[in-house]
Amino acid sequence: MELSGGEVLIEALREEGVEFLFGYPGGAVLHIYDALYEQNSVKHILVRHEQAATHAADGYARATGKPGVVLVTSGPGATNAVTGIATAFMDSIPMVVLSGQVQSRFIGSDAFQEVDCIGITRPCVKHNFLVDSLENFAETIKKAFHVATTGRPGPVVVDIPKDFTTPGVKVPFEYPKTVNMRSYSPAVQGHPGQIRKAVDLILSAKRPMIYSGGGVVLGDAASQLTQFVELLGYPITQTLMGLGAFPASNKLNLGMLGMHGTYEANMAMHDCDVLIAIGARFDDRVTGEIESFCPHARIVHIDVDPASISKNVVVDVPIVGDVGPVLEAMNTLIKDSGKRADTADLAAWWSIIANWSKTDCLAYEHSDKLIKPQSVVQSLHRATKGDAYVTSDVGQHQMWAAQFYGFEKPRRWINSGGLGTMGFGLPAALGVQLAFPDDIVACVTGEASIQMCIQELSTCLQYGAPVKIVCLNNRYMGMVRQWQEFNYEKRYSHSYMDALPDFVKLAESYGHVGMRIDNPADVDAAMDEAIAMKDRLVFMDFQTDQAENVYPMIEAGKGHHEMRLNPARELA
Amino acid sequence: MRRHVISVLLENESGALSRVAGLFSARGYNIESLTVAATHDPTLSRMTIVSIGTEQTVEQIIKQLNKLIDVVRLTDLTEVSFIEREIMLLKVRAVDGGREELKRLADIFRGRILDVTENSYVIELTGDDRKINGFLDAVGRDNVIEVVRSGTTGMARGDKSLKP
Repeated sequence: MELSGGEVLIEALREEGVEFLFGYPGGAVLHIYDALYEQNSVKHILVRHEQAATHAADGYARATGKPGVVLVTSGPGATNAVTGIATAFMDSIPMVVLSGQVQSRFIGSDAFQEVDCIGITRPCVKHNFLVDSLENFAETIKKAFHVATTGRPGPVVVDIPKDFTTPGVKVPFEYPKTVNMRSYSPAVQGHPGQIRKAVDLILSAKRPMIYSGGGVVLGDAASQLTQFVELLGYPITQTLMGLGAFPASNKLNLGMLGMHGTYEANMAMHDCDVLIAIGARFDDRVTGEIESFCPHARIVHIDVDPASISKNVVVDVPIVGDVGPVLEAMNTLIKDSGKRADTADLAAWWSIIANWSKTDCLAYEHSDKLIKPQSVVQSLHRATKGDAYVTSDVGQHQMWAAQFYGFEKPRRWINSGGLGTMGFGLPAALGVQLAFPDDIVACVTGEASIQMCIQELSTCLQYGAPVKIVCLNNRYMGMVRQWQEFNYEKRYSHSYMDALPDFVKLAESYGHVGMRIDNPADVDAAMDEAIAMKDRLVFMDFQTDQAENVYPMIEAGKGHHEMRLNPARELA
Repeated sequence: MRRHVISVLLENESGALSRVAGLFSARGYNIESLTVAATHDPTLSRMTIVSIGTEQTVEQIIKQLNKLIDVVRLTDLTEVSFIEREIMLLKVRAVDGGREELKRLADIFRGRILDVTENSYVIELTGDDRKINGFLDAVGRDNVIEVVRSGTTGMARGDKSLKP
């Protein structure tokens, strides 16, 4: 079979089983778009801004586990995509971004719409390729998918000079079955000796704590994790990225840890004697002040990326491997050994934890005049029976969604944890909804974040994505306002969202349903009404309490044991 | 803090060098010197990086380098017995009685004088970091007109080798 470069690309995507291509056309990719015109294997989703293409592909990838695929043109197409690429990079999301480039003979001449895409994206990709010939094109695509999806996943950019996609110029096409890269072979199985050592340490614990992260979600290891935790009966906490990998309702679950984690999770981190870190990377938002992080603990760390080990915190027993197979091996060892931690020690530890839990750290003051943002997330949970896909933007609403939704399954909670990208939520929800057209997809957002990619309301209409937008509108960039309240003597410098649009009319002008909810008494009914509109995108604009803060909180420079609690929690 | 000489075998592809250099600048790692050229196998380049850092930092540097897709293999030469060499070309003021003294110094350090004018010599010197710095001190840095150093290259002694 002889194909042009554009056709090679389409065939390669078909071979990779790509369902959706999120993209935006332009000069350098016109040949590719021409090849897209007459084919049915890959569905192209025309976004309204290239940043949204990457976020939508990212949301799709997070929800399905399959790589998200993006097609953008050279120059501004590529630079607009960078924020989304960096977002995926920070959260280790498999993604392949195909960017057009000027003709190879023009590279370096400051040609129209030329940027050094390889150079610009280098620090925020797992790897990138500049296609150097039509003959190598198919193999390059194969390598891109292989690198993006194996080991610690991540985004891969393939920069494609226009001349390699010229319609008339054809090469024999055969898609490679396998990839041979001498410089890339990620570990899968953990070292058996290290696994044995870890199990010995884990079983010797008096005050154990399990801390799991996004790696468990990415590695599809939720069932192995659940078995591990239940086998041991140890307390577990999850990072923002790890929520859902262990059921929120399980009594062994202490909830999220870190800056806005629960009191009991953070205190247990501080006082534990053995910490088992699984697919987590000791991020600064998780550890708090590193000097006072887990001062009494010996640490086991399982991670697929050797560079994550002892990067921020030096660990005692590192295991490099895929969390799924490593946990399986550990579960087998624990079962076969017949040994368990000392029951009296464990019971004593649980009673200490139970005391911390009595703090009821997530309790908040209720009001019949002002809508409490937390109550809106709880209402969403009730109306969707805790089974929705929930995307979020970045800020207070993100933390409230994480704290109050209670995720029971992995891949249901979709947010930009590492980069913290405002504007992520709506396009990500579009990607999720396309993958799961029959499920409820909610985007919990704020009036500031939503405006960063609001143009995607148009894309949602075009492709019939009935996303439920839950906008917690407090007329502030809430998290910025909160920090200004705590650290800048309430000088609310430029955190006030003035001249807001009428979101109801805005939603309607895009062909969707808009709702404005002002009273606490109307929250549940509005939520039910919106969720019942299965085929419509509904923009719910909740006017929430402007003064509400996210609690508990570990402030900068403080340790896990120095949390700031909600001063109103006794009033709950 | 200790000086480490890291030897890296990487794909001889455009952009590979900038991935390594970018890694060091993005993560704030120190580079004392960096040299790179193709090997006898034209698909591979061999790079030598000298960096000064704590054990934890150097461990991270090695892990992050290993993570780069273009890096095939690497080793920290300072962990084994190894040879390091650097070449320096030195243009130095050479007038009157100082000319004889410089010639003697060059001989003692096994340098070679490559170019002679009425007022200057160009001296070639090969050696490790300490020898080269020792020579610069002996010559007197005030007399130096111009210096170019290749940066350190290195190789393990004995049977050990860095192969793909």
